[in-house]
Amino acid sequence: MTIEIHDLSKQFGSFTALNDINLKVNPGELLALLGPSGSGKTTLLRVIAGLETADSGQVLFNQEDSTDKHIRDRHVGFVFQHYALFRNMTIFENVAFGLRVRPRKQRPSAREINRRVTELLQLVQLDWLADRYPHQLSGGQRQRIALARALAVEPSVLLLDEPFGALDAKVRKELRAWLRKLHDDMHITSVFVTHDQEETLEVADRIVVMNRGRIEQIGTPDEVYEKPANPFVYEFLGHVNLFHGRVHQGHAWIGDLEVDAPEYSEAEDLNAIAYVRPHDLEVDRTLNGEPALAAHIVHILAIGPVVRLELAGKDNQSANSIYAEISKERFRELQLARGDQVFIKPRKLDLFPNHTQNGSIH
Amino acid sequence: MTAIPLPQASPAPHKVVTQESPWARWILILLALSFLSLFLLLPLVAVFFEALRKGWEVYLAAITEPDALAAIRLTLIAAAIAVPLNLIFGIAAAWAIAKFEFRGKSILTSLIDLPFSVSPVVAGLIYVLIFGLQSWIGPWLREHDLSIIFAVPGIVLATIFVTVPFIARELIPLMQAQGSEEEEAAIILGANGWQTLWYITLPNIKWGLLYGTILCNARAMGEFGAVSVVSGHIRGLTNTLSLHVEILYNEYNFVAAFAVASLLALLALITLVLKTLVEARVAQQTSRGNHP
Repeated sequence: MTIEIHDLSKQFGSFTALNDINLKVNPGELLALLGPSGSGKTTLLRVIAGLETADSGQVLFNQEDSTDKHIRDRHVGFVFQHYALFRNMTIFENVAFGLRVRPRKQRPSAREINRRVTELLQLVQLDWLADRYPHQLSGGQRQRIALARALAVEPSVLLLDEPFGALDAKVRKELRAWLRKLHDDMHITSVFVTHDQEETLEVADRIVVMNRGRIEQIGTPDEVYEKPANPFVYEFLGHVNLFHGRVHQGHAWIGDLEVDAPEYSEAEDLNAIAYVRPHDLEVDRTLNGEPALAAHIVHILAIGPVVRLELAGKDNQSANSIYAEISKERFRELQLARGDQVFIKPRKLDLFPNHTQNGSIH
Repeated sequence: MTAIPLPQASPAPHKVVTQESPWARWILILLALSFLSLFLLLPLVAVFFEALRKGWEVYLAAITEPDALAAIRLTLIAAAIAVPLNLIFGIAAAWAIAKFEFRGKSILTSLIDLPFSVSPVVAGLIYVLIFGLQSWIGPWLREHDLSIIFAVPGIVLATIFVTVPFIARELIPLMQAQGSEEEEAAIILGANGWQTLWYITLPNIKWGLLYGTILCNARAMGEFGAVSVVSGHIRGLTNTLSLHVEILYNEYNFVAAFAVASLLALLALITLVLKTLVEARVAQQTSRGNHP
């Protein structure tokens, strides 16, 4: 099933939830809608499901316009953040519901329903809970039942609204890997909404980054992480250091540090923001003859294979603390301690001169 | 293994700061109890005492004489029409208010409360003004030989009016707390409107619905003011139980008055017991499923 979305817009009073959204979901892919709260991602998902109607624009399922199609005829599976299990029914009845409410002609026999539900409960590894009620289950179990219930009607699209948002960190991690595996086995076109960037990077085939009702960037996790389209995406995905500097005729300056910026050869003395990922910062005790920024160590977090340094810059090129990540070996080699003076130099940075900045962050 | 003494297990008589002194507690309890006995329990006992003062035979005769039976019948008819109608209206109104956003929602919510805030006598008078002979609809009614005021339809109308809020008021907060995600899930799974109502919404609100119905029924059978205005007090025809009590009392027929009143008191007691039983289930249904 291909889902195409053309020029979709939606207002809630004076609030613009969706602003001219264009998007294509490829068959069998697991697409993530990522964004902060209020970015319109849940609204977009609900419009695809048919739970909300857009003010303008179209949603096409396999090139067929379904804007006016009733929810029932869209054949979507929907998983809610708070599960929305039927509290007055057993787990078995919950999963069987979608089959039982079918018109008599399309309804499978009682035996067939029994078989299908048992199969699904085995798929989510909870067949031993068939006779319980939703309130007797843990959050993680409930969400797996919600997924089984959605899959029972054999939907052509699976939509998940912050499926792991209400779960604790450990369960969330387990379910994430489980969902990825399930999707790899079933290959059902899936769209899920989340505000957790780690979750997205780990699970999704492609990511749609949303902000204020607009799409900021669409790409694979690698593309979005390595080549963010704009400052908003940069800041939203993963940790990042922000430096203030200037760009002039193909060169950029951050304090004493000079970097080549050939793509801005036309620039005439512009203010610019530079982003550097913590693992792209080189840390050294001496200058080594090359220009670098001076900083001192405020805090050291040395758990696991990566050592995380919190640094304070000497000048005001960076308003906030600077974070650098170095390997444990490098950390031992340098013999760093709190309060030490170091020199930092970005291995890779991305410049955004102020006039091209399209998503404001601060 | 040595046991580590828990702090609360120590017998040291330290003062619990969040509790009043025993004296204050006892005085408060005593005050509440004596108030309740004086104003509620005593009258209730008095009703049964007065009713049975001249023995069972007189009591039974008072509640089985034709006028009393007619009053019982009329009360049951009024309740049997008003309660189901309010059941349907209550569910519809609560569904609309709790699950949808629409213009004039707050007006509808206040309108439902109107019978609580308006004096029942005024409600009765409104019906007299609308359907009475002097009203603009009056001549038409007389032409077609229809009587609403001083007849059974008027009593049913007045009963419906005063009992409108009970079921809707009970269901709105319950439905709001439960949200509409379950209904959305049902519709996405292919259920139609009736299936969603029957399998999802109604089971989720059944205890609240029963609770509201019990209160609605109690009020429908016990209503006096509004019914009194539209009834016309025709013995054996337009007298409900509460109106019958008044008539008997005004005729100094105290034993009969109290005997009929005891039926209403009995109804109140049964309502109270049912209400207490159902209340616990309502609380359970509200909390269930709302917490992960």
